[in-house]
Amino acid sequence: MISLAGRDILHSWGKFVFTGVGLGLLIGATLTMAGVYRGMVDDAKVLLSNSGADIWVVQKDTLGPYAEPSSLRDDVYRAIRGMPGVARAANVTYLTMQVKQGGENASDVRVMVVGFEPGQPGEPGYLVAGRRITRSHYEAVADVRTGFELGERIRIRRQDYTVVGLTRRMVSSGGDPMVFIPLKDAQEAQFLKDNDAIVNERARTAANPGLNRPGVPGLLEAIQASQTTSRSVNAVLVQTQAGLSHEEVAEPIRRWKHLQAYTRAQMEEILVAKLIATSAKQIGMFLAILAVVSAAIVAFIIYTMTLGKIREIAVLKLIGTRSRTIAGMILQQALGLGFIGFVVGKISAALWAPFFPKYVLLEPGDALRGFIAVMIICTIASTLAIRAALKVDPATAIGG
Amino acid sequence: MDGFGIRIENMRKRYGEGDTAVDALKEVNMTVAPGEVVGLIGPSGSGKTTLLKCLGAVIEPTAGRMTLGDEVIYDDGWKIDDLKALRRDRIGFVFQAPYLIPFLDVTDNIALLPMLAGQPNAASRSRAKELLEALDVGHRARAQPSQLSGGEQQRVAIARALANQPPVILADEPTAPLDSERALAVIRILNRMARQYNTAVIVVTHDEKIIPTFKRIYHIRDGVTHEEAGEGREIGD
Repeated sequence: MISLAGRDILHSWGKFVFTGVGLGLLIGATLTMAGVYRGMVDDAKVLLSNSGADIWVVQKDTLGPYAEPSSLRDDVYRAIRGMPGVARAANVTYLTMQVKQGGENASDVRVMVVGFEPGQPGEPGYLVAGRRITRSHYEAVADVRTGFELGERIRIRRQDYTVVGLTRRMVSSGGDPMVFIPLKDAQEAQFLKDNDAIVNERARTAANPGLNRPGVPGLLEAIQASQTTSRSVNAVLVQTQAGLSHEEVAEPIRRWKHLQAYTRAQMEEILVAKLIATSAKQIGMFLAILAVVSAAIVAFIIYTMTLGKIREIAVLKLIGTRSRTIAGMILQQALGLGFIGFVVGKISAALWAPFFPKYVLLEPGDALRGFIAVMIICTIASTLAIRAALKVDPATAIGG
Repeated sequence: MDGFGIRIENMRKRYGEGDTAVDALKEVNMTVAPGEVVGLIGPSGSGKTTLLKCLGAVIEPTAGRMTLGDEVIYDDGWKIDDLKALRRDRIGFVFQAPYLIPFLDVTDNIALLPMLAGQPNAASRSRAKELLEALDVGHRARAQPSQLSGGEQQRVAIARALANQPPVILADEPTAPLDSERALAVIRILNRMARQYNTAVIVVTHDEKIIPTFKRIYHIRDGVTHEEAGEGREIGD
């Protein structure tokens, strides 16, 4: 038996292909939306993996350092190093800011500036060019997505940093590429005020009789010094000793140091289930709407194409074609349209994904699920046309 | 006349019920022998189309008996189970317009019927080509319907009607859109095919050009058929 659907598609292939391409672009947008969500989840996981930490110690009662602000004194890590099961602990700071990139025609780039201690957790996992930071100040390692190149200078607050290394896939949970600088510089960038503010603050302190007592020499200087130096970090990254569960090590830190300690699993939960939950719902809504729109388009196209063949269908029925053959023809056309749409959509998504500012992760599993969804949508969408075709009276082929 | 291809006895068809009931067919009697071509004529509203639909197993008569060869199709409210298979295998249709399937080529338009009946593709196409040769359109076997002239399309439609070797062909105004020469050519073909394939052919027509060619005519008036002798004018083969 010949394929009536296949012959009809070949006969009017132009209409079919162009309709399929239109549908495909919609499916491509749907797959890309799924890819954006996957990219956000992957960014979050990569952020955690690249930090090299097993436990994040942050300010008590906060979800820091990525989901909420967290501030700790920078000597806390020493106490944590002494806790049972802790192999390594290091301070780290995170600051999201705009920096200029591109020399004369500079454009703003949104980056997350990470302060870390070389050789400790928090350091970029690998480099794709250049070298690691070897000096205590004014050197930086940048993610390639910042657009910076080796030797270029980055202005962060009041200092310039030379890019000595480039890394890849080091992004914040929001997708901003990272710039790594030495911890002390990062603390200064994060907490140090500008000169005018410092002068004003000093004057304000000196004018306060409680802080500037004539009988207590050195008090004012000590207070002013504390105001202009930063002793805070956002988190302490902890690596546990081999063979110990992370929770086993985190629990005493919570109990005895009055700090919040999150294990890798808990931090992943914060990032995926809390931080990007709203975005995920937003994307979910888009996916649902796009699925409904796709179904409506397929239904409309197949229905219109079927109505255009009413006379042929009447003849087919009159000459004894079984209803299932006619229904099969329409269903196959709907599935064919879905298949063309899916192929176009998959190719489109793969082509335009790299141009998205945020990471778009197109997973084969999502593509498979998308394909199944498209086929189901096309099947459902074809029912309207099948119903119309089966209602055609074969007598309409006979005049009168 | 040896046996019959189709026989209708006391066929009636009523639409609606009660006060709104309309008797479209009141008493139809008709017998057409294998290889015979008869005309069915009548004014508008006389019941021609209703009769054609009953004969084509598209609608069921209210009463009466219809026999195709030795097989009873209707008998006073009783009908055979599978009318679709009946239409596919035992009745050929030729319409006023050819109504060829536009997305199938000429061969497959004809081969579709045997294929629907479960015949292998190769055998179906072979049968189609045989019919196309018999109808002098063998050279158009791979053409699309849109590439054929009106006369060629009508020949292909006749070939399609013959595809499953039905005992009866119902032709609904097959010459209406054609000029005299082509109209007579179609009737000539129907006569030749009827003889060649031993098929009974009923031609429903208004066409004054072809009415004189029938040897027998059934005239239907107000739902009642009257058999009349036709002129049987020779039109050659």
